[in-house]
Amino acid sequence: MRLKLVKDDTNFDFFSRPTLWLGISVFLMVLAFGSFMVRGLNYGIDFQGGTTIRTESAQPVDVGAYRAALGALDLGDVVISEVFDPNFGPDQNVAMVRIQAQEGQEAVSGEVITQAEAALVAIVPDIKFVSVESVGPKVSGELIWTAAIAVSLAIFAVLVYIWLRFEWQFAAGAVLALVHDVILTIGIFSEFGIRFDLSIIAALLTIVGYSLNDTVVIFDRVRENLIKYKSRDLKEVLNLSINETLSRTFMTSGTTLLALIALLVLGGDVIRGFVFAMTWGIIVGTYSSVFVASAFLLWLGVKRDWTKPTDTTGNQFGDVDA
Amino acid sequence: MLQIDPWKRVGIWLTLAVGVALAMPNLFYSRVEQHNDAAAAIEMGLDTAENREAVGAWPSFLPSGLVNLGLDLRGGAHLLAEVQVQEVYEARIEALWPDVRDVLRAERAAVGTIRLQPSDTGELRVRISEQAGMPQALEAVRRLATPVVSLTGAGSTDLDISADGSDIVVTLSEAERQATDERTMQQSLEIIRRRIDEVGTREPTIQRQGADRILIQVPGVGSAQELKDIIGTTAQLTFQPVVGRTTNAGDVPGVGNELLPSLDEEGAFYILETAAVVTGEELVDAQPSFDQNGRPAVNFRFNPAGARKFGDYTAANIGNPFAIVLDNEVISAPVIQSHIPGGSGIITGNFTVEESTQLAVLLRAGALPAGMEFLEERTIGPELGQDSIDAGKIATTVAFTAVLLFMGAAYGLFGLFANIALILNIALLFGALSLIGATLTLPGIAGIVLTVGMAVDANVLIFERIREELKTARGPARAIELGYEKALSAIIDANITTFITAVILYVMGSGPVRGFAITLGLGIMTSVFTAIFVTRLLIVIWFERRRPKTLEV
Repeated sequence: MRLKLVKDDTNFDFFSRPTLWLGISVFLMVLAFGSFMVRGLNYGIDFQGGTTIRTESAQPVDVGAYRAALGALDLGDVVISEVFDPNFGPDQNVAMVRIQAQEGQEAVSGEVITQAEAALVAIVPDIKFVSVESVGPKVSGELIWTAAIAVSLAIFAVLVYIWLRFEWQFAAGAVLALVHDVILTIGIFSEFGIRFDLSIIAALLTIVGYSLNDTVVIFDRVRENLIKYKSRDLKEVLNLSINETLSRTFMTSGTTLLALIALLVLGGDVIRGFVFAMTWGIIVGTYSSVFVASAFLLWLGVKRDWTKPTDTTGNQFGDVDA
Repeated sequence: MLQIDPWKRVGIWLTLAVGVALAMPNLFYSRVEQHNDAAAAIEMGLDTAENREAVGAWPSFLPSGLVNLGLDLRGGAHLLAEVQVQEVYEARIEALWPDVRDVLRAERAAVGTIRLQPSDTGELRVRISEQAGMPQALEAVRRLATPVVSLTGAGSTDLDISADGSDIVVTLSEAERQATDERTMQQSLEIIRRRIDEVGTREPTIQRQGADRILIQVPGVGSAQELKDIIGTTAQLTFQPVVGRTTNAGDVPGVGNELLPSLDEEGAFYILETAAVVTGEELVDAQPSFDQNGRPAVNFRFNPAGARKFGDYTAANIGNPFAIVLDNEVISAPVIQSHIPGGSGIITGNFTVEESTQLAVLLRAGALPAGMEFLEERTIGPELGQDSIDAGKIATTVAFTAVLLFMGAAYGLFGLFANIALILNIALLFGALSLIGATLTLPGIAGIVLTVGMAVDANVLIFERIREELKTARGPARAIELGYEKALSAIIDANITTFITAVILYVMGSGPVRGFAITLGLGIMTSVFTAIFVTRLLIVIWFERRRPKTLEV
């Protein structure tokens, strides 16, 4: 007896309401963008400069007392939050203290850190500073710029690759799906105020890679079926291709999500934001392969003349002997 | 039909064997690490019984490469420093004034009186009272300029000298600035490296980043502040009279003397007068060069005060050795051949070209040539790193088990083949990481977990395809073959696009993000290999033995 996530020979019509799905996607994107504009992102120190101190002590975290102790130092905006994680032991009480970048300082000053640590030790004698990170505004400005370039570059590289391997309509569909995924991910980060730091950019790029992976598998089948069924109309071919690859789509997303959820629950709080971004991205990316990339491809239409001198799979890798 | 050439089979088995062998040391991480540390210590001359035992704990014929743990897993300190290179220009320009004054005084008849004017930093402004004498004045000052020795600055001189009304303006030329920056950065790197090596920590990373930045990552240091203190200490360079030489570390040097070890000669010690003749603060330059016999040597130059002291001392002590001491170690103890006036001299010895270059760098490296601003500092405690490793281990194990069960349930025997391939994939990934000495970071662990999830994708594609091909009933062998063949284009496209993003992450990212990019990129390569070649090999071997008439995937 085999486990089957999708029964054989499915025949769903994914494009019975094409405008509805595209509409929902556009609506979600507008919503995400709106949230980003209104709330902005909760930038980590990588992008904004400043200092974070992770403290650990056997005593319960008293956020008020911490705030009072640090407030006396006049360090500007100080955010204190307690951290919870199922991996923590009973005597492990963890808090994150975040201090804004100090006015008029291009570089990091050790003084601020020393002062803050001394103030905390005064109220919680057994406190330990398990990590202290400080980024100057000069570097953080560059980091955010580099990050933006990295994401744009990735999307552009993908555009070029798909264009070379398929047709421009496919590239446009794939890239729209990527933009959709990136915007929705940024949207959920701004809506829930989850800390957005350098590792989230890595997650975004992975989502770009994954979502594309999914889209390309479907497109690959679409191309094959376009050659095979020259007379069927595009909508039919798209539906057929998505149905044929549906089982694979669910299997792969399933295994990846299994792995990510294990990491999300058990991987510790340090990378939780990163893993969350990826988990969300995989869900959105799987959705967008069908309802954004393929829907957009249907809307754009595609040339039907594939009479290139090619074999059945229709590409230069077709005859690689594995 | 369904078959694989024997040489291909051998290739696949060999790749797997090498991969597994390279990955294996990571299973015995602490033992191999102690072995490696001890082996390095013995290499350095610390041949103790303890070290020998640690070396013996891991057979030397086995590979001993390990995946390095990043700062976020091991704990330690990270600093990004910006070297204030322009400080060096200012110092250079300010030091020019006495020379400019001297050459202009010689032309007093034509240029009249000369006066130093207040000016912007990095420029020297001298006013002459007779504007008519300007061409002569410029010519005189220009004689001070020397050609720049660098690849890019060939043909230009180190000073830009121009007239502005009745002012002579002297600045460093663009070529000289670049050459100076280069020297400043090299000196800074060299000094930082020496400082950190002295502390003796494992695998520090000291890298130049961009034009004027230095990245310093040191595992095992308690805090970034501690690291700053280590770097900030200035190097002490002194020139001291030599009293005697000994091989006994227990010798009593006597009042006013001290006993210092030699830098390159094991077991050699010098007895020196404690009072230095000249110190490194008075050294203005040191360059590798050759002596009159064409042997590698080092040229150095003192400032005027240092030159006077050095000249007086050498005149009085011809035939005696004097020691060049850096941080309480004797670099060399040459014999004074003649009176050395003018404050410049040459150090000869049994140098190779590399050694003379190194010595010149060390001599210049007395103190940090310019100040540093710290743009980024991070301290990660070892407990946090250990917590992250533990959490990562649990998560990876759970993810791994879940995926194995899932694949087994979905594809039966073929799922088992895919699972074997997946396990081999992880072994290959660790082998590759150990081979290139990559650094594993926390996002890197996430990259591995993601690889576990995604690695089965290629097999899923193939198996689903085989299922489809079976429906057209052309026999199991043909179905398997077609399944692999037709799934290939989707696998290649899907993996290349993900690989592109991994490359971009690697190029644009830094630190932990780069660690993630490496595991993701390598994971893609190993997973494509295992999913395509290894599962195919397993299936072919199984098929040859069983010759099944029907196939259930």
